[in-house]
Order: sequence, then C-alpha cells, then structure tokens
Amino acid sequence: MADLAVSTSGLTKRFGSYAAVDGIDLAVPSGSVYGFLGPNGSGKTTTIRMLLGLISPTSGRAEMLGRQVTGSSGSARSVLHRVGSLVEGPAFHPYLSGRANLARLDAADALADPRTSRTRIDAALDRVGLLPAATKRYRAYSLGMRQRLAIAAALLMPRDLLVLDEPTNGLDPQGTREVRGLIAALAADGTTVLVSSHLLAEVEQVCSHVGMMRAGRLVTQGPLDEVRRSGSATCRVETDDTDEAARVLRELGVTEVSVAGSRVAGIPGDLAPEKLVAALVHAGVGVRSFTVSGSSLEDLFVSLTGEGFDVSG
Amino acid sequence: MSAADLPAGPGSTAGRTAPLRPAAGGRGALRLLGSELRLIGGRRRNQAGLLVLAAVPVVIAIAVKISTPRAGRGPDFISSITSNGLFVPLAALTVEMGMFLPLAMSMLSGDAVAGEANIGTLRYLLTVPVGRTRLLLVKYLSLVIGAVWGVLAVVIPGALVGVAIFGTGAMTTLSGTQIGLGAALWRLTLASLYVAAGLAALAAIGLFISSLTEQPIAAAISLMIITAAMWILDGIDQVAWLHPWLLVDHYLAFGDLLRDPIAGSGMGQGLLLYLAYAVVFWLAAWARFAGKDITS
Repeated sequence: MADLAVSTSGLTKRFGSYAAVDGIDLAVPSGSVYGFLGPNGSGKTTTIRMLLGLISPTSGRAEMLGRQVTGSSGSARSVLHRVGSLVEGPAFHPYLSGRANLARLDAADALADPRTSRTRIDAALDRVGLLPAATKRYRAYSLGMRQRLAIAAALLMPRDLLVLDEPTNGLDPQGTREVRGLIAALAADGTTVLVSSHLLAEVEQVCSHVGMMRAGRLVTQGPLDEVRRSGSATCRVETDDTDEAARVLRELGVTEVSVAGSRVAGIPGDLAPEKLVAALVHAGVGVRSFTVSGSSLEDLFVSLTGEGFDVSG
Repeated sequence: MSAADLPAGPGSTAGRTAPLRPAAGGRGALRLLGSELRLIGGRRRNQAGLLVLAAVPVVIAIAVKISTPRAGRGPDFISSITSNGLFVPLAALTVEMGMFLPLAMSMLSGDAVAGEANIGTLRYLLTVPVGRTRLLLVKYLSLVIGAVWGVLAVVIPGALVGVAIFGTGAMTTLSGTQIGLGAALWRLTLASLYVAAGLAALAAIGLFISSLTEQPIAAAISLMIITAAMWILDGIDQVAWLHPWLLVDHYLAFGDLLRDPIAGSGMGQGLLLYLAYAVVFWLAAWARFAGKDITS
C-alpha cells in the first residue's frame, strides 16, 4: 500500500440515516492525477472533507501519504502540511487583499518560515496569474480570480499531494485550460493530484486514473485506459436480416443484443469488430453498415452515474 | 488495480519532508496570534466600535463641564470629575460596562469562530493545518487582547480629555482621604485591568456560543442577551442568592480601588469568578469544537 498517496477502506459517512458516502475504497497511486468524478451530491466533497479531517467518518479508515488520517491524533493532522487543498469553492476574508489573505493562511502554518513568506506568496500568486491583482480586495475579485486564489493557497508550501475539489468551477474556458495545464505541470513535478469534478471533459485530458462516484458509492476506479476499455462500447449492425444477425452476434459472445427496426445493437466486449463483420458476412447476413461507438468516457460516465439533473439521494 | 504502471514521481514523500521542521511551537502560535490581531484591528467595523467606546468619556467630560452635577449621587464618579480629570475614565468605564463594552465583546466573539465558519475560511484554516485546540487558544487570547483594547479605548482618551479639562487636582477617595497623582494613575491602571478581566470572562462565553453556530450575528446577539439577562437578574432582590454567581454583579467592584486603603476582597471574589467562567466556558467551547464536523 506504500505506493498509494490516498487509500481508504470502507470509508462511510452517515448524516442521520442517509449515507452520503457509503463504504468506499479509494486507491490513488502516488504520482497519479486521479480524476474523482460524479454528479453533484454523489459524495465527492464529503469524502474529501473526511480525508482532510474536517469531518470524521462514521466508519472506515483513510490514509494519506502513508499516514492514517482518520481518528483525531495530532500526528494524523500533521500530514496535512504536505497536502494542499481546495474544498468546496474558495473562501477568504472579503475585505482583505488576495495577498493579505494568503499571508493569513501562511501565518497559520506552524511549519511555514516567516522569512520566506512574501516570496512564497508571490510565487504562488504568480503561478495562478494573480500577481497583478495581489493588492486588490478579495471582494472585488471575479469568481474565476477567487478560484485561482484558492489554488494559490494550496500551493503556498511544497506539497506531495494536492486535493482539488472542483478547481475549475466558475472559470471560463481559458481559465479551465490554464488550470488543466497547472495540474499537468504539478503532476510532472511528481505531485500527486486528486481532482474532483462533475464535468468529465475537463478532467479526462489530464487524468491518469479515474474513480466514479454515484450516490455515495465508488462505482468504478482504475487507470484511465483500463476504465475506458471496460466501458461498454456498443456495436451496431444495420441489416434486413435482423434475426439472423442477432443470432450470430449472440453466438459470438456479444452481450445485451437488442433489435430495433433494421438495427441490431450489442456490447462486443473484447471481441474485435472485424471478426464480427466477418462472421456476419459468413453467415450470409447482408450488412449495410457496421459501427462501433460509445467507448468514450463520457458515455461510461453517464451509464455509471446516471443522466439528467436528478441529484442522487 | 495496480499502481505499478506509474513511475513514482520524484517529489513523492521522502524528498520533501526533510526541510519541513516545525518552527518553535510558541513562535508559530504567536505568528497566528499576530495575524488574528491584524484581522480584528483591520476591520472597519471594529475601528468604528473603538471610536464609539472612546467617544463616551469625551461626551461625559463635556457634559460635566457645561453643567453642574448634583452632589451626593454615590460612587458613580461623575460628581467627582470636577476635582480630578482622572475620574472621567472611571465614570466612563462604569457607564460602558452596562452595554457598550459587552457589546464590543459580543461582536468580536461572534466573529471569532462563527464568523470564520460563515464565510468558509474556517475550513481552510483547519486544513493548513491548524490544530483545533491551538486555534481555539489563539482565538481566545485574541479576544482577551481585544478586551484590553476596548478598555484602553475608553481609559486613554478619557484620561487625556479629563486631565485637559479638569486638571489633576488632589484625588479624593470614596473614603474621604486624598491620594497623589502617581497613586491615582496606578489605581486607574488596576481598575482597567480588572474591567478587562471581566470582559475576558464574558468573551469565554462568547467563544463557546461562537463555536455552536455559523451565524456571527446570532452569536453576538446571544451573548448580548445573556449580558442583559444577567443585569436584569442582578437588579432583582428576590434572587439575591444568585447575584454572587453573575459576572456582571462584580463588574463595578473596581470602585473599591478608590477606597483608602483599597478594599480588595470584592474584586478578589470577582476575579475568582471570572477565572472560573473563563475556564469552564473555554473548556465547553473546546469540547464542542474539537470533534465537530466542519460542514461550512
């Protein structure tokens, strides 16, 4: 387990009888960029709050950087010095400037050297492109600037792990791309990044690993390619001879074969498309067209986490 | 799943922990306290509050100057002001302990925890990380210093204005004897500290309430209601048995400093009660806050 930056076992949080997080076993490898996906209300933030010691789990354990963080011992807390975090949006004192807000957080850090405070603060501000607005009051910041300031706060000290909850919320496409670039650059330095999002597309490009939450449960996780492969790519055959096509596909091991009009659809799993086409033609099925689609993470995301606006729970 | 396919990054664990050594624990806490005081002192609302506190002795001094106080109204000091300007801050403290100073403590203690929870900065402080016990200690310490600030905001302008208008003639104690300027200043200092101690005890209640809610205004109003309730109970003779246990019953005991010799027993009891309140309510705040789920 030593090569996991974050690992949990059976981590559960109940609010009354409602399980916001229901026995999840997170495994975030060191050095990975782990996309923590799920619709709003699926338990991502609650999980992150438990990791950061803001709320205590009802049951289960969590480790970060090899140290157990559940339970309230001081040593559990000290690992947080190596963890930069952004939890549920930015929050700063509105009447202080961006720089003064960071100075306050830096002053709170017992491990931060006051002599290097100014340099580190300005470096963090520069990294997120906020240096020109450093002396502006936080209340005058736009939502995107606020989000950047929160990211800068996570970068005040050298970190081994960054936990970023919805870091691109409120950012314009340009800002979103910059944050993605920042995550990639940090990961290139060897920092493990756990980044949560309800928007798959903005995470898919930078992640090496993903985990997907739905209604408090972790429905899948693993290296991006593996998860993507496990995704239910569907093949569609257009033919006049639907019955025969369906029979052939079923025999070959295609699952969930269905017929609609002149179309036969199914999930081929590991079967190579060319084999399917050859078999269909060999059986005398007139194939008008054959397509394989839906192997995008987006489809998997939707199939695993549900579609539409319903908030889980 | 396996992580073997990912090379461990150069920054993972071992390399980075070495240079991170805790600053001396006390120094770290001092730095946080400094930041806390800057936060309190930098707030416009608090600065305006200090101005209001400072205005009261000025108003009293001017009012006395342009009118002739009726004699024999007891130890409210106002009747003594014309003989010595140092009675101005004492009179102002007496007046402001009723509402203004407790109100100032209410605002500060409401901000302390509930205020940070309300705007969400509490979660970022805790994930820095700051230990919850350390945070609560620093918060309380800053409230105690805030109490001293509040008292000084009354006493210093009061003394300056009082001395400027009425001079520093012989100070006649409540016992009828006269004391010199040095002794008078010393007793004024003791009175200020005693008043600040009473406010600090009140702040412990405030800190506890502040840890219960995410609404700073609600916390501030609650403490104000508690103060008012204590004053009301203190005025009802039928519950005289309760009076020694009320904070406010001891608030004006600093008048004993103006006796000759100083009658210390009333203030001694007051200080003991203040200490008890401070310890009990700080521990209550700690018990509440240490294991609390921070969902703001």
